[in-house]
Amino acid sequence: MEIIVCIKRVPETADADIVIDKTGRDIEREGLVFDINEWDNYAVEEAILLKEKYGGSVTVISLGPEEANETLRKALAMGAYKAIRLTDPAFQDSDGYAIARILSRAIGPLPYDLILTGVQTEDDGYGQVGPTLAEILQIPHASIVNKIEAIENGRARVHRELEGGLDEVVDLELPAVLTIQSGINEPRYVSIMGIRRVAKIEIKVLDLHELSMKPDEAGEPGSMTVVERVFFPPTGEGAQILEGTADEIADKVISILKEKGGVA
Amino acid sequence: MGNIIVLVEHRRGEIRDITFEMLMKGKKLSESTGRPLNAILFGNNVGGMAEQLRSRAKRVVLIEDQKLENFNSETYQQALRNVIEGEKPFLLLIGHTAFGMDLAPSLAALLNAPLATDCIDVMVEDNRIKAIRQPYGGKVNVEVCLKPAEQSMVTVRPASFSVEEYSLDGEIIRVSSPVTGESASKRFVEYVEAAAGELDITQAPILVSVGRGIKGPENIPVVQELADSLGAVLSCSRPVVDKKWLPKDRQVGTSGKTVKPKVYIAIGISGAFQHAAGMKGSGTIIAINRDSKAPIFNIAQYGIVGDLFKIVPALKGKIKEAFG
Ligand SMILES: Cc1cc2nc3c(=O)[nH]c(=O)nc-3n(C[C@H](O)[C@H](O)[C@H](O)COP(=O)(O)OP(=O)(O)OC[C@H]3O[C@@H](n4cnc5c(N)ncnc54)[C@H](O)[C@@H]3O)c2cc1C
Ligand SMILES: Nc1ncnc2c1ncn2[C@@H]1O[C@H](COP(=O)(O)O)[C@@H](O)[C@H]1O
Repeated sequence: MEIIVCIKRVPETADADIVIDKTGRDIEREGLVFDINEWDNYAVEEAILLKEKYGGSVTVISLGPEEANETLRKALAMGAYKAIRLTDPAFQDSDGYAIARILSRAIGPLPYDLILTGVQTEDDGYGQVGPTLAEILQIPHASIVNKIEAIENGRARVHRELEGGLDEVVDLELPAVLTIQSGINEPRYVSIMGIRRVAKIEIKVLDLHELSMKPDEAGEPGSMTVVERVFFPPTGEGAQILEGTADEIADKVISILKEKGGVA
Repeated sequence: MGNIIVLVEHRRGEIRDITFEMLMKGKKLSESTGRPLNAILFGNNVGGMAEQLRSRAKRVVLIEDQKLENFNSETYQQALRNVIEGEKPFLLLIGHTAFGMDLAPSLAALLNAPLATDCIDVMVEDNRIKAIRQPYGGKVNVEVCLKPAEQSMVTVRPASFSVEEYSLDGEIIRVSSPVTGESASKRFVEYVEAAAGELDITQAPILVSVGRGIKGPENIPVVQELADSLGAVLSCSRPVVDKKWLPKDRQVGTSGKTVKPKVYIAIGISGAFQHAAGMKGSGTIIAINRDSKAPIFNIAQYGIVGDLFKIVPALKGKIKEAFG
């Protein structure tokens, strides 16, 4: 079984100070720590588990700058066989639709039975690229997959996670796109040694021209949405911040608990 | 002039909240633009739902078909494509839910319609559609403009619009089903209910809830002891369950439990909307986070900015003294 996994290198922002850049249309990336998108890490692991079960090989693809090689190497160290990076100045400012289109051009000519993406990215969070890619390639898809039950006779039976703990089981014809939900597996750990071992594997790099694309099919001209401005969410009333020494704060929390929680 | 259309989301006989939230927004957009608001309802034996929706939209377009009984993005896509030819929506609103996330992106690609996903607001200015998104886990807002097009789509984040009282006397328009055949490439098989957990966190009067900020399973006792000292129950955000640090029955959020304790103490939780949706209704929310910009501080009543590994032990010590 030939499996393709789309992976993105994203900045870790949950714990970082975000600064809006000079253009006012993006955030400052300088100083942020980057890693593989959390959902994509689960997708790579799932692909490798499927390969171990059904045979075949895993190819990882990332649209991104040279630094995305690190992300691709991490996936190679986990057990992917081939890595492809898509890059071109014309790809800058692509929205979810344009990203899906660029990925489709790279994937189109490859052999594949299954394409895995993450449910969403930690940065843009479109939750869009996987199903869009499926439509462009004219193949079925299932999103928010939290279990791959069986793959047999050219079909896959998978669980889609709905709200409130309910799953929906769907049966798909292959090839298909599945968007993988976090928690579906336990991604293996990659050591520095492991990354070193794959350092020599060549990463194939493709640009706009090599993907037979025109400049107006990517970037802002090829996008369906354009960012006008980035701003910090209005805080509204916001929380009352408790200040003081640890002891003083603890005293305040205790009085809140007594008053609101009925703790005696 | 193109309509504003809301795609009705329902599951197992119930209209989901997101539908009423989108209708509320749709009504306001309809008033400000003069464009009619329609609801589109697909399903099987859903006449009762159409009646219910009649008070919330001027027109309810009803399409009943056994093949539309359960959600299948391919069947829906086929049906919507046909209905849309007649309805010519200027703007189609769909929920950013498990339902909409499976349908909207591929439908937009099929229709070649601009789509903005997971939006917390939608505006129409001079016939241009703009939307506010909230990427980076809710830490920034982004205003996007959709490319001018005959028809556009926006998926709406749940709980973005509060539903006000109003009552219309809308008409129900029955349209015959355009669905020709059952989709062979994607089939709905069944629903599977989550196994009932051992613990019911929805019953706890006080929840101490822990997120990824706890770093590893070895630190869980830090928060467990705080919970114990308060007679509270320990709950958590999704990554804590994904990483198997705590069992699934402890998860708060859209894909976990919705809780409304008297007091909810969120520790090392950023406050992503999927988490917030499950705990916003709590009586009092206290958040402990070292990032003063964490979105959780926008929904909490009280905040403590600092390192949980310093704050939690100090709190526990004092609480033991006070309530010991
Ligand atoms: C379809 C779908 C369904 C989902 N359902 C749910 C759901 O039901 N429930 C849910 O929770 N999530 C859900 N999610 C995931 C959600 O989008 C977020 O990824 C998740 O809620 C983040 O969890 P977190 O806040 O624990 O982690 P993070 O976002 O990583 O936040 C960790 C926080 O800890 C703080 N921190 C770190 N170290 C310390 C320290 N030493 N002291 C103090 N603070 C510290 C950081 O500043 C940060 O704010 C869902 C996602 C999808 C796509
Ligand atoms: N630049 C990219 N390169 C490769 N894959 C991507 C890229 N952007 C998005 N994806 C894939 O699409 C998924 C969903 O992304 P999004 O629609 O941005 O939420 C991600 O989890 C990835 O699998």
